[in-house]
Amino acid sequence: MQEMVRLERLTKRFGAVQAVDGVSFSVARGEVLGFLGPNGAGKSTTMRMLTGFVLPTSGTARVMGFDVVREPRRAKERIGYLPEGAPSYGDMSPLGFLRFVGEMRGIHGKELARRIGVAFERTGLEEVANRPIETLSKGFRRRVGLAQAILHDPPVLVLDEPTDGLDPNQKHEVRKLVREMSRDKAIIVSTHILEEVDAVCDRVVIIARGRIVADARPEELERRSPTHNAVRLTVDRERATEAMDAIRTLNTVREVRRLEEVNGVATLLALPVDGADLGAQVSQLLYGRGIRIERLAVERGRLDDVFRELTQGGSA
Amino acid sequence: MDIVRTVVRRELAAYFTTPLAYVFIVIFLALAGAFAFFLGGFFERGQADLESFFVFHPWLYLFLVPAVAMRLWAEERRTGTIELLMTLPASTFQIVLGKFLAAWIFTGIALALTFPFWLTVNYLGEPDNGVILAAYLGSWAIAGAFIAIGACASALTKNQVIAFVLGAAICFLFLMSGVDLVLAAFRGWAPDWFVDLVASFSLITHFNELAKGVINAATAVYLATLVGVCLLVNTLIVDLEKAR
Ligand SMILES: Nc1ncnc2c1ncn2[C@@H]1O[C@H](COP(=O)(O)OP(=O)(O)O)[C@@H](O)[C@H]1O
Ligand SMILES: [Mg+2]
Repeated sequence: MQEMVRLERLTKRFGAVQAVDGVSFSVARGEVLGFLGPNGAGKSTTMRMLTGFVLPTSGTARVMGFDVVREPRRAKERIGYLPEGAPSYGDMSPLGFLRFVGEMRGIHGKELARRIGVAFERTGLEEVANRPIETLSKGFRRRVGLAQAILHDPPVLVLDEPTDGLDPNQKHEVRKLVREMSRDKAIIVSTHILEEVDAVCDRVVIIARGRIVADARPEELERRSPTHNAVRLTVDRERATEAMDAIRTLNTVREVRRLEEVNGVATLLALPVDGADLGAQVSQLLYGRGIRIERLAVERGRLDDVFRELTQGGSA
Repeated sequence: MDIVRTVVRRELAAYFTTPLAYVFIVIFLALAGAFAFFLGGFFERGQADLESFFVFHPWLYLFLVPAVAMRLWAEERRTGTIELLMTLPASTFQIVLGKFLAAWIFTGIALALTFPFWLTVNYLGEPDNGVILAAYLGSWAIAGAFIAIGACASALTKNQVIAFVLGAAICFLFLMSGVDLVLAAFRGWAPDWFVDLVASFSLITHFNELAKGVINAATAVYLATLVGVCLLVNTLIVDLEKAR
């Protein structure tokens, strides 16, 4: 796997505020990295250092081998960047704006027209191409920002909260776009929305108070959740207590909870010790006691539990 | 050069998409006319020249030009587009230069629209059009110096009103530095060469020559240096903001 982005001990201090504190990670071609953290964790500041908008206090950021501080031009040429809030010139039309950005990137004439066409098609902007950006809805404005970022088909995409403030359909569209483009690019997407991670990310870096607290695949993180491999099952209400006592006798079970009761059927949740596999044991045990299980499901684990545990006290 | 031209085109377009540009031009033309006729005695002088028209330009520029320059950087900062601009593969100086040129061209357009004055004196008499052309260039150069100063002020803040006040104040100092009142403040303690230096910064002294159509090398060098230094300071201000 080709490494496209590399951050090494990146640090930024604003006066007394340590916004980013020794952040290191790298992103390979084809990888979508979810950059997670509560508000004020330092996501935007990290991205701003990577894209050359903010100079690091210390540490380095490289894009395709080019140091952003030493060779800003070469690094910036290889990045498509959607800043937080998708700023754009309100007095321009999407077409005029993309022309401006394209020409600033040295693309002209027919080639520029072709690329604008591609970017418009991918982001669905054709219908508003000539309207002033300030008259467009938030969703369209976000798309203008995305179109601008992908215009030059950059090997590295940096998207700061690309779905923030969008409605569910728009969020879905943006995620689809990110997925489509991920094949030959390295993409970093910041978010504080956890569902995003499952939807688009191959890898997750969680940051809290400027420091990385986790760098793993989403499944690995889910595995750290206390509910990973927990068994959720439903039994007749009359036998619920009996079933719970039985399950508690298993030494692979840490805890059994009674969650809800609907139409005389109780839902139980059995939490494993160290993520042990409980499903077979529980069903055999209850079968042996003649307790009928209506439904049984093994939980993958909840990212938000993990997220909360890792970032607790970190939100501003 | 491509990048500078792209920036110029965008900035110029930005001026003309708001009614503010037209308001500015109308105010400039109205005031330039009113000053020339009522204060300068354009007709009463009985002379076929435009001196009475040009002498008031620095005073007009004093508050009109900072108004043109105030949005250059402050607006980008306020709306966050600066983040987009500064992450494009362009050098800060190219962007600084492009913005300066756009604003300067804009004031040039406003100035060019005063051509009816020139037509009038040519209709009424036989002026020295070489002198008039030189005075126009001189006036435009002063506007350029003020733009460069105003752009620096704009780069310091995201508030356009502050950018305007700061820009106008600095322009005022440069305009007035030859006046005795200002020089007196230095005379007590500074060496003579320093007082002379401050006096030589005075845009009004330089401009009075320009208005007569006299372009001398010292004035040209001074104005070019002033603009150059301001552009470098502007670049520095923008770059330092990144390292904050
Ligand atoms: N320009 C700045 N000046 C001072 N403090 C800043 C600046 N930008 C960010 N910060 C501070 O740095 C911390 C991280 O902010 P940010 O990177 O925006 O977090 P996130 O994007 O994760 O919400 C916050 O405490 C924020 O207040
Ligand atoms: Mg942020």
